[in-house]
Amino acid sequence: MTVAAERQAAQEQIKTMTMVAAVNDALRVALERDDKVMLFGEDVGMGGVFRASDNLQNLFGEERVFNTPLSEAGIMGLAVGLGIAGEKPIAELQFAGFIYPALEQINAQIGRYRQRTQGNFPLSMVVRAPYGGGIHSPEMHADSPEGLVAAVPGVKIVIPSTPYDAKGLLLAAVDDPDPVFFFESIKLYRSVKGEVPTGHYTVPLGKARIAREGDDCTVLCYGGMVEICEEAAVAAAAAGVNVEVVDLRSIVPLDFEAISESVKKTGRVVIVHEAARRMGFGAELSARIAEELIEYLHAPITRVTGWDAPYPPFTAAEHMYRPDAARVAAGIRKVLDY
Amino acid sequence: MTAALTLPPDPRLEGTLSVLSPSGELLRPDLVPSDEILLKLYNGMRRARVFDDRAMVLQRQGKLGVYPCFGGMEATQVGAALALQDGDWVLPTYRGTALAMMRGMTLAQILLAWRGHPAGYQVDPKLHILPFYIPIANQIPHTAGIALAEKRRGTGLLAMSFIGDGGTSEGDFHVGVNFAGAFCAPAIFVIENNGWAISTPTSVQTAAKNLASRAEGYGMPGIRVDGNDVLAMYHVTREAAERARRGEGPTLIEAITYRILPHTSSDDPKRYRQETEADAWRGRDPGMRLRAYLESRGMWSEEQEQDVMKGMEAEIKAAMLEADQAAPIEPEALLEHIYAEPLAEMKDQLAEIRALEALK
Repeated sequence: MTVAAERQAAQEQIKTMTMVAAVNDALRVALERDDKVMLFGEDVGMGGVFRASDNLQNLFGEERVFNTPLSEAGIMGLAVGLGIAGEKPIAELQFAGFIYPALEQINAQIGRYRQRTQGNFPLSMVVRAPYGGGIHSPEMHADSPEGLVAAVPGVKIVIPSTPYDAKGLLLAAVDDPDPVFFFESIKLYRSVKGEVPTGHYTVPLGKARIAREGDDCTVLCYGGMVEICEEAAVAAAAAGVNVEVVDLRSIVPLDFEAISESVKKTGRVVIVHEAARRMGFGAELSARIAEELIEYLHAPITRVTGWDAPYPPFTAAEHMYRPDAARVAAGIRKVLDY
Repeated sequence: MTAALTLPPDPRLEGTLSVLSPSGELLRPDLVPSDEILLKLYNGMRRARVFDDRAMVLQRQGKLGVYPCFGGMEATQVGAALALQDGDWVLPTYRGTALAMMRGMTLAQILLAWRGHPAGYQVDPKLHILPFYIPIANQIPHTAGIALAEKRRGTGLLAMSFIGDGGTSEGDFHVGVNFAGAFCAPAIFVIENNGWAISTPTSVQTAAKNLASRAEGYGMPGIRVDGNDVLAMYHVTREAAERARRGEGPTLIEAITYRILPHTSSDDPKRYRQETEADAWRGRDPGMRLRAYLESRGMWSEEQEQDVMKGMEAEIKAAMLEADQAAPIEPEALLEHIYAEPLAEMKDQLAEIRALEALK
């Protein structure tokens, strides 16, 4: 199909989808468009634990959509090998919280392969991983390891917050020449719905989305925190405060231009993420804003994050760990009242 | 040669395949390759050894960085490499210089790689030799992935990776070999069991009787071979390659060899082992062994030996000149090839480096 025909097809059919359905649709389109695309991971052949790969093995066969032995390091290493050999692997980590055995492959290999082969063997590969809390999952299943991966040069990190973005960003990630980690909020999988074209389209990596405009305060967020920040912004609006919610969409590359524009307008910044505060991605955001935009700030930057503790294994307590709209609202009040 | 004749058998070699005895007597006439291959194997080993000796000297002269020497182990790499065909993939460890030479990396590239110069990393991708793997065992899951890709494409090509005995203790080793077995991928895993992981002997790595026996647990043949016998190595690798190309899956080869030299140019093995042990293995030298056999058949002379030596010295000299002419490293080298296109902040950082360099 030509690009123009695809665009037309995309415009013709628009469906209301959940985020997980949009991910599934993106995977279908990616597999359809390019024979080199392969999708694999634990239970992926059967649709995966979240059904993100539902029906894809039926459509594309066991050669292209398959289960692997249970090993995250193996799944990452297999993807590297396939990438070196010129295939287009899409690997799934069943939960982002299971990423730790694979960190060596990520840091020592995925992030470095392009440089150590001087561009001869770039790894065009995607790693999908459901992340984050809010669904009362067992220990380790609710982690947000995006900061750990963001500390690795050579990889990109995308974290969508809407079904439309999930599909368009995932298809852009598949086309991207670099290794892309694609974190999907488990909480958002079925809680958000939106209009999604059924054809091929992309949303460019590295471009933030202004989820809500405002000029009193900037809230920087991504993934599962965006809807919570929007909720807090709606509450703030009722009190006469206009909050700008910036959905970063990708944290590497980072759209610092969009951040800069918003901060210059509002002069106040709240950063929100689920990961622990210390060395979380908010630390990087905070440092860069302080380094480059301090003269525009009317108040110190505030972070609303998970605490400096593991995501609690006690599901009955996770509401105290994971930021909610009330905590974001308190953060907004703090920077406004300074 | 006489020292080798009186060598007692080493218990490590028990149950391994040998084609030639340490003194070069033919044990398995059925496994001798053609004269052409015999000479290629000998030349490959001799050239590799001359390079290795020279590289250690160059390192001492400050002309190379830390260098991982392999002298005495060359039969494993040379025998395995010659059993492959063009297009097969090779994933070497840092001790894989002999392999790199056999697979077509130029001497200048190898010298530059061990100088830590970016030009040493610019290897023709068509050669399918991947960069020396410094982290231990990371290459093993990659081998499974590459092999799976070739299987899918039906090319008949395979992927072969190398690892030391110490490396077999790493998770990635188990993970990668298991994946290759589970996917019935055309892969060969060669364990260069040289007895020592820096100061740690193989007996501390594992309670297993040997490393090849692990293959059973991964569902593939495990072959033990005298790694200092290049004919044995060539034979078992060829069999493994044929098996892989027939679609019968991977093979694990444990090559019993010995690191008579230090771990790298920075290591002193006298701190942790007896030199008498190394001396015994000097008597099992792979080059001496094949040379004795070739001489017994009238296929090699002192004159030919001198020709190879002189030719190699001249090649190394030319390679040094070429390496010395490599462009000086620009600041761009630090931030290039991280992403297809540099990120915005990397452009700023490049400007910062340039400004700092300008002040020097």
